[in-house]
Amino acid sequence: MSSFGSLGDPAATFVLTGARVIDPSADADAVRDLAVVDGLLVDPATVPSDAPRLDGTGLVVGPGLCDLHVHLREPGMERAETVESGARAAAHGGFTTICAMPNTDPPLDEPARVAMVLDRARNRACRVRVIAAATRGREGERITEIGELAGMGIAGVSDDGSVVASARVARGLLAYLSPLGLPLIEHAEDPALSAGSVMRAGETATRLGLAGWPASAELSIVERDIALADETRGWVHFTHLSTEGGLNAIRRARERGVRVTCDVTPHHLALTDAWVAGWRGFAWEEPQGVAADPFGAPLDAALAYDPACRVNPPLSSRAEALALLAGVADGSIDAIATDHAPHPRERKGVEFGAAAPGMIGLETALSLGLSAVDAGRLELGRLLAALSTRPAALIGEARSLAVGSLADLVVFDPAARWRVDASALASASSNTPLLGMELPGVVRMTVAGGRITYRDGLDAIG
Amino acid sequence: MLDVANGHTTRHRPTAGGVVVSWPDPAAAPASGWPHRHLLDVDQLTRDQLEECLDLAVEMRERRLRRETLDLLRGEVVGLAFCEPSTRTRVSFELAAEALGAQVVELPIDVSSVTKGESLVDTLRTLERTGVTTVILRHSMSGAPYLAARSVPVRIVNAGDGSHAHPTQALLDALTLRDALGSLDGRKIAIVGDIGHSRVARSNLHALTALGASVWLAGPPAWVRGFETWPGVTVADQLEDALADADAVMTLRIQLEREAGGGVPSLREYTARWGLDADRLAVAQTGAPVLHPGPTNEGVEITADLAASERSLIGAQVVNGVAMRMAVLALLAQ
Repeated sequence: MSSFGSLGDPAATFVLTGARVIDPSADADAVRDLAVVDGLLVDPATVPSDAPRLDGTGLVVGPGLCDLHVHLREPGMERAETVESGARAAAHGGFTTICAMPNTDPPLDEPARVAMVLDRARNRACRVRVIAAATRGREGERITEIGELAGMGIAGVSDDGSVVASARVARGLLAYLSPLGLPLIEHAEDPALSAGSVMRAGETATRLGLAGWPASAELSIVERDIALADETRGWVHFTHLSTEGGLNAIRRARERGVRVTCDVTPHHLALTDAWVAGWRGFAWEEPQGVAADPFGAPLDAALAYDPACRVNPPLSSRAEALALLAGVADGSIDAIATDHAPHPRERKGVEFGAAAPGMIGLETALSLGLSAVDAGRLELGRLLAALSTRPAALIGEARSLAVGSLADLVVFDPAARWRVDASALASASSNTPLLGMELPGVVRMTVAGGRITYRDGLDAIG
Repeated sequence: MLDVANGHTTRHRPTAGGVVVSWPDPAAAPASGWPHRHLLDVDQLTRDQLEECLDLAVEMRERRLRRETLDLLRGEVVGLAFCEPSTRTRVSFELAAEALGAQVVELPIDVSSVTKGESLVDTLRTLERTGVTTVILRHSMSGAPYLAARSVPVRIVNAGDGSHAHPTQALLDALTLRDALGSLDGRKIAIVGDIGHSRVARSNLHALTALGASVWLAGPPAWVRGFETWPGVTVADQLEDALADADAVMTLRIQLEREAGGGVPSLREYTARWGLDADRLAVAQTGAPVLHPGPTNEGVEITADLAASERSLIGAQVVNGVAMRMAVLALLAQ
């Protein structure tokens, strides 16, 4: 039995015994008891004897997950997701903070609209931060009232869905943001190079007769914005990075001191462009069928051109996915962010090229990461850091499992597997090509701000 | 059993519904059941199945020449769903379906609404409920027939989807080439033009390489790049390399609007560098035939003289088109 709570609930008190507690902020990883009293982490020895005791044997505890990039679709597309349903999906996925992108209808480009979303976000199953639009109407011309928005606690500004196409406007934004300590969160895609494209250029696109956007469409913007951030001493954050070239440019820029950070989605780490042709293996698995023989292998009529695989930026080649995964493993990618992009059925049950780009990700992110861990591609501690402490630090939130901290954590069973079915998802949408697959990692409890926001079993013992 | 009216021998063949169909010549009938419900692309066909299509089309061509009427598709309703303008493919399918005794309906699909991404699935579902059993689908978006095949319980024949595939065209091209060359094994076939946007070229790459030919591609770089690693395919830097010792040459229709996309500076320059004429073909095998899926832009991708010459198989392609579509419909209806 699973249930949701909210940040408006009474503070939690419990003792979790015998779980593996991983705290990247302290570089700690040990099996120990963990105690929460009135929402605060305390020494287990000091807990009242009547506190509920939960058996954590075999479970892992990590800091509450933090997602820098979600689409909550409110206002404007509430059939696909609302703040409420998105927050529940987040809690189910182990997240305690999510950052809502502003490309709603109307966009979150003025203080009143941001205030409305923050109001709807109160006392949900997850903290919801807002990323405001970088330019009015997301039209890429006049910048929003960032000073006032900063006072409202926004996590950054972005015209996500589009790049800030004008280099002049991007430069102005970086300069204006610099003293506020907020990032320009950039969707790096040169529209002149990607126009008309529906997937990544490469052998699969050639085989399928689908127009592909070249990796240079990302790299050209990454290089441009690095130059602008360097000149303005601004902070640019590249979201949903999808190319090795972009990552290498970021590594080089950091070496010379430019303030540049980035995140990558779980699907760009685990899935490849061969998924568009019907392959359903992860990037680290040995390619077979159409993934091994992109031109010769027959297409599987049931899976080829699945609109659930249409995302933007598009799924990358296997080599690029593995390079990005290596970037998470070596720490050069700051965060894993889902780009959770819910869409109603009618926007996905159409021709591949007509389908809305995007897939949901809040409830599968941890499981995809654990799949990479199981495959030996990533250390569990690195995964949890990329999903929690490091993104949280970018938006000014602490994540610690030390005594005295506010309890903000996820408890999950890394060995248990679950089947990704629409009925298992708290999101109002189910657009993911992972439907029907069995993945490792079942969240047993999420605690946000000292409140239990999600719980699956894990009943009190004794 | 003798079908007195038509003078044909008929035989019982197992079909899904246990229907008796007349089959003019048991020798030409497939030995075992056709395993495919749809024809989405030729990539799904083994070499034996490709040969079977070609052999059956030869049979159909002869029956048609003798003006025999077949009733293999009696009781079937074939819907023509052309969500993109087309004349010759549509007419060819219509003639083929009628020649096999099917009822043919033209589905009222508004081309403009389909291109806006409105629901193809809804349209096809409605038609399925009205009794259509086979849909011949032409669509401007790559992969649309795959969506149709998994969404609607009817047979789908891909009559061209976006830049992806045009399987019946490739099959009729393979038949035309086999007629002219005897066999495709070890043959060098050159394809010239906008390969990247061509569904005809892609399906031909599958069919021709599966039948043993090596395929050389030539055209403006933006239109031929990306195919280098396709097994059995060579991308030529120079047109002359592709044409040298070629056993046959296929040129593709140039979409006149494509020059705006940066593929070529002008049609004039395209013709000057890649247009086919008798002089350019001098490096190919003596008498090497020329194919074109039509309609041709004479004077652009091929000279009018060459298109009308004895080396041109363009007329044979049209004749084979109907026969091949009869063969495909007959195989799928098993």
